[in-house]
Amino acid sequence: MIIAERKPIGEILDMIRDCDRVLLLGCRGCVTVCSAGGEREVEILASLLKLGRKKEGRPVEIVEGTLVRQCDREYIAGLAQWDGQYDAVLSMACGVGVNFIANLRPATVVFPAVNTSFFGGSATQGVWTEQCAGCGNCILHLTGGLCPVARCAKSLMNGPCGGSQNARCEINPNVDCVWQLIHDRLGRINRAEQMLQIAPIRDWQSAGHGGPRQVVRDDLIV
Amino acid sequence: MSEFIPDIKAFCCHYTSQQTCADNGENLQKSGFPGNVSLHRVPCTGKLQVSTLLKAFEEGADGVYVVGCPVNKCHNVKGSQRAAKRVAAVQKALGELAVEPERIRMYHLERGFHPEFVAAAQEMDKLVKALGPCPFKGEAQ
Ligand code: SF4
Ligand code: SF4
Repeated sequence: MIIAERKPIGEILDMIRDCDRVLLLGCRGCVTVCSAGGEREVEILASLLKLGRKKEGRPVEIVEGTLVRQCDREYIAGLAQWDGQYDAVLSMACGVGVNFIANLRPATVVFPAVNTSFFGGSATQGVWTEQCAGCGNCILHLTGGLCPVARCAKSLMNGPCGGSQNARCEINPNVDCVWQLIHDRLGRINRAEQMLQIAPIRDWQSAGHGGPRQVVRDDLIV
Repeated sequence: MSEFIPDIKAFCCHYTSQQTCADNGENLQKSGFPGNVSLHRVPCTGKLQVSTLLKAFEEGADGVYVVGCPVNKCHNVKGSQRAAKRVAAVQKALGELAVEPERIRMYHLERGFHPEFVAAAQEMDKLVKALGPCPFKGEAQ
């Protein structure tokens, strides 16, 4: 899922400094699962913003709402229920949600309340780690299911760099060297010979280096 | 200038506060428990949400504290540990808003009615009196 984290309160207060009424909009998708922007977080941020503004002596009205998702047209249409009730939308969805509101609501002012961090999963309760970088040309079948694009600091494709030490990455001794993990895992699953396969120079266009990407499924378009 | 009497809200679990409510709270009054501390009982402090604690400030509290079981002796195993984490989250948020984080505190106390329960209330009362009215009341400026 997409992992996000709430921005510092001061930064958010600064964004909404000119607003008297704000629609604080959560999302029931990924940001609910990673506890960054679901209904519960909307409630907390609403309190914090009201307290912060009260302290400044300029109270703000916060309208709380949560959509099923903010990355689909039909749910964004649901914004109409709050028409006329706010000066700006403060979205707690990932950046996709904020972009969708900006795309579909030309006259609506929208701000991001979270920093969209990465694609990842919950390693243990309260800890999320990056696992995939959405490179658009997956090679996990060659690397034992462990991603060197997202999990190697240099996105190396042909084994570890010279800095790999004691199974740790040279950027930080607390970070696993994913190439060590790949090596060990391929050995365990009797596919060690895959380490010898040379990965060709990659075309990174599919990873976004060729501009914004899109997926078109003609069979779904009527 | 009249003396500042802080509005302090205490959230206590069923177990740490059960005796305090006996005898219509008479024992509590006699013990020196400050009258400006209001008790809010919850089945377990682990049930307290960050938003509940923030609402207490929205409703005008100058100080808030939570009383749960001793860290490793919680009736609900980890309830008071969870509460302590949420109190810490509110402390961090208060800090971000440039308000004294000490305005909210976690206490881990033995169950039942004993002097420490009263001492915690007196300690918070003294601390918040020294801090003055909560800036969230918008009166400071
Ligand atoms: S190879 Fe690309 S698509 Fe596959 S997991 Fe890594 S970043 Fe994601
Ligand atoms: S030490 Fe390993 S993970 Fe770190 S940059 Fe080198 S190869 Fe990549």
